[in-house]
Amino acid sequence: MIEKTPLLNALTHAILLCGLAVAFVPMWLVFVAATLTLTEINTPPISIIPGSHLWENLAEAWHRADLGAKLINSLIMSVAVAGGKIILSSVTAFGIVFFRFPGRMLAFWLIFITLMLPLEVRIVPTYAVAANALSPYQAILDTIGFTTLWASLTGATIALDWNLLNSYTGLVLPLVATATGTFLYRQFFLTIPDELFEASRMDGAGPVRFFREILIPLSNTNMIALFTIMFLYAWNQYLWPLLITTDRVHFGTAVTALRALIPAMGDSTGGDVPNWNVAMAGCLIVITPPLIVVAALQRFFIRGLIATDK
Amino acid sequence: MATISLRAVEKFYGKTQVTHGVSLEIPSGEFVVILGPSGCGKSTLLRMIAGLESISKGEIAIAGKVVNDLEPRARGCAMVFQNYALYPHMTVAENIGYALKVAGISKAERATRIAKVAETIGLADYLNRKPAQLSGGQRQRVAMGRAMIREPEVFLFDEPLSNLDAKLRVQMRIEIRKLHNRLGATSVFVTHDQIEAMTLADRLVVMNAGRAEQVGSPAEIYRKPSSLFVAGFIGSPPMNLIPCEAKGSDTVTIEGHDIITGPHHQGQGTKLVLGIRPEDVTIGTGDFTLSVEFCEELGAARLYHGKLAQETFILQVAGAQGPVPEHIAFSLPQAAIHLFDARSGLRLGD
Ligand SMILES: Nc1ncnc2c1ncn2[C@@H]1O[C@H](COP(=O)(O)OP(=O)(O)O)[C@@H](O)[C@H]1O
Ligand SMILES: [Mg+2]
Repeated sequence: MIEKTPLLNALTHAILLCGLAVAFVPMWLVFVAATLTLTEINTPPISIIPGSHLWENLAEAWHRADLGAKLINSLIMSVAVAGGKIILSSVTAFGIVFFRFPGRMLAFWLIFITLMLPLEVRIVPTYAVAANALSPYQAILDTIGFTTLWASLTGATIALDWNLLNSYTGLVLPLVATATGTFLYRQFFLTIPDELFEASRMDGAGPVRFFREILIPLSNTNMIALFTIMFLYAWNQYLWPLLITTDRVHFGTAVTALRALIPAMGDSTGGDVPNWNVAMAGCLIVITPPLIVVAALQRFFIRGLIATDK
Repeated sequence: MATISLRAVEKFYGKTQVTHGVSLEIPSGEFVVILGPSGCGKSTLLRMIAGLESISKGEIAIAGKVVNDLEPRARGCAMVFQNYALYPHMTVAENIGYALKVAGISKAERATRIAKVAETIGLADYLNRKPAQLSGGQRQRVAMGRAMIREPEVFLFDEPLSNLDAKLRVQMRIEIRKLHNRLGATSVFVTHDQIEAMTLADRLVVMNAGRAEQVGSPAEIYRKPSSLFVAGFIGSPPMNLIPCEAKGSDTVTIEGHDIITGPHHQGQGTKLVLGIRPEDVTIGTGDFTLSVEFCEELGAARLYHGKLAQETFILQVAGAQGPVPEHIAFSLPQAAIHLFDARSGLRLGD
């Protein structure tokens, strides 16, 4: 605010309240729905006062969607994606910002371009690679005629195969390999004065030491911001986990498991009435972990995104 | 301690040459100041000694060993940066002791040495603070402490005082000099501030556009500037520089007045420049008259500004009082005159 007048204050508060309502009302409806019985929820009008069946509905959702195991899967996947992302992007940004090597800008732009290719756009080829992570190398060997040569020499055929379907690796890797984090780290590293790097050289520290003992501690708040964003991003994934895990019992994630709570209309199971109260209770459970992460880290998160000093 | 030898050192950034064949021998324990205007290549030269910048041509030797291909850590130099370059996330103690940590020295020994250095720089009570919690002067001291702790053979300073206020700068200048006298390490100090340079230096190197224009003691350079550039750069207020023409082998003319300068052996009519410091002009009598345009009151002295031969001319008069005169008669005493060739800018005679 540049000026502070009662009128402007009232106006800004009104705008904030509108925003709050837009964000909060749907959440409230989810909560209310999760506390009603099936009959109550199917009786119009929509109730906005909570009922008394929250615990039953939570227990039912937990049981029906096997949320215990699924939450653990989601947690593993989200932490792995966020962690992998931090490691990958800090190291690549370090390389791009602090080293002069041929093809440096090319490398940067190649990484940058992947920003425009989110997983949804490249989902078919990504799936093909996940089905056999070594298929690109096989293709290269085939093209240069190495496989035929090898077969004629030794009689053995080369068939590289590394299947990532139904594995944590398959769930995580394609989500890690994107440019957002690299970009964030690069912007941060660019604000580090050259003198700091030179001072560490004068102190006898090599690049690895500089990275570990100076850059990483300095980018702590950045790291937390990135962790939060990536955790949410991975947690909320729907399409990719659905595609790559056919073994839902062992590798299904919490968000995809919610589907089990809503029998589709005209499903083969017959015209079940969807149990919206249980589905909403499931929603409540599934949105809790990310809420906790955001609540715990938001202090650092905000500092990380606005950090200039330090 | 170590000698430093620069042998025809050159630096290119792509096609631009920023250092032109600088040669310099710095004996062990000497305090050398490199002085020059901003952008003349002082930092580049210093950074080549430190090993932060590659040497395009020529050689640098420290303690008799050519270091062109050595990493900074292997050269035995410590450096104090203009913006201090303290590690923001480390405490004062960690900042000072980082070089020792990297060198793998035990925690106990580090602590003793940090305590000793902190004592020297007067920061013993601040060891647990972060740089952000220190004043500019204290940060400057931490930067010094960080350089001292390894007991280096060579100290390099890149304008370390330029971010301090005037009073603190004078104080730190004295401390740096005292420290040098105590430690006796060979020191190279870069600055664009001539007063800083004159007061600190055993020997002064005046740089201009990538060349070492003159090397000598501060007094020598002040008394006998070897070129027009040095003459104009050293001294405050600057030397008056007036275009003139040779007449005979020991006389010049300015606006029709003959002035005996001592032998210069230049042909009749050669374009020359006569230099004289504002405090060396004799006032009260003489062939010339200054129409005072304005007067700078310095307290101990006054500077009267006017023109001579279309060039700014300044008279410095010690202990002047009372109303500012409109005209001042003055003459140019032969002993105080410096003569330069107008074309090459080089000093003539002695
Ligand atoms: N990395 C660089 N690339 C190209 N030119 C540079 C680089 N660093 C310095 N220069 C140029 O070299 C000249 C000398 O710079 P520098 O040594 O920093 O001057 P000083 O310290 O005397 O002010 C300047 O003209 C500057 O523009
Ligand atoms: Mg400089």
